Amino acid sequence: MEFNENFVLGCSAIGAGLALIAGIGPGVGQGIAAGHAAAAVGRNPGAKSEITSTMLLGQAVAETTGLYGLLIGMILLFVKPLV
Amino acid sequence: MTNGILLSSVADVDFMVHGIFPYQFFGHTVWITTTHICLLIVLLVLIGFAIAARIAMKRATEVPGKFQNLVEMIVEMLDNVVKGVMGKNAAKFLNYIGTIFIFILICNISGLFGLRPPTADYGVTLPLGLLTFTIIHYNKFKHQKVKGVLKGLCSPWPIWAPINIIGDIAVPISLSLRLFANVLSGTVMMALVYGLLRAVAIVWPAALHVYFDLFSGAIQTYVFCMLTMTYITDAIGDDEA
Repeated sequence: MEFNENFVLGCSAIGAGLALIAGIGPGVGQGIAAGHAAAAVGRNPGAKSEITSTMLLGQAVAETTGLYGLLIGMILLFVKPLV
Repeated sequence: MTNGILLSSVADVDFMVHGIFPYQFFGHTVWITTTHICLLIVLLVLIGFAIAARIAMKRATEVPGKFQNLVEMIVEMLDNVVKGVMGKNAAKFLNYIGTIFIFILICNISGLFGLRPPTADYGVTLPLGLLTFTIIHYNKFKHQKVKGVLKGLCSPWPIWAPINIIGDIAVPISLSLRLFANVLSGTVMMALVYGLLRAVAIVWPAALHVYFDLFSGAIQTYVFCMLTMTYITDAIGDDEA
């Protein structure tokens, strides 16, 4: 059975949308990191700058998996590998 | 159907790399793209700044003037960051880390000045990742010798060697993809705002610029350099402690 191009494009768009579900994970992870950082600052306000930089570094690394999902979505939409 | 329903077919939305003119390179057609042009502009700005800094430092005075003060501040800040992470190994890597820090930072925030950020092209970030990869493994072999590298590869058991190798190869890929995807997402978002919301995009996109170009760009620069330093420190180990 021959699929026409529009059908494949539509499925690619759905796939791109599904790929962006990957954004849930980093969102939860960054929230947990920020919450613990806030608690840490509450316990030890003197170490605020160090805690902030550690938190930002950890969050940026945690973000990577979400960005992979974003890349897959972008490739599906703009590079159109399946068409 | 070539374009159809996709966003890239909307004439106003434009964030792709464009070819400017092609030339022949040993029988291959190679394109000079917008990335090359933006990279060239960034490099010219950096080289101009470097020459100005050199002239200023040649006429350095005891009480620094405005420009001398700025240059000293930048160098001191970068030195402190590197020394804070790498400790006694810092001296050898101050130059490299400082260079890539300034380069990536200027590339990331060049979106503010209407350029397409060069780091939103995988052809720019992958070499940066590969440079880091090369330095990591050069230092690994230099400081841990072949025996130590093999020992590290076979930890905790020899059967884990393939997994460790994959982990080593993943380092430059994840480093470069992280930087690339972050800058690209900012570029796409700004293109969408300016393309699709053109009628109402007055003044308020400035706030988005602050987030996507300045904040995100600075954070990713910091993360890239920080991870590079961490990996190198890890590779050196503590043989000379």
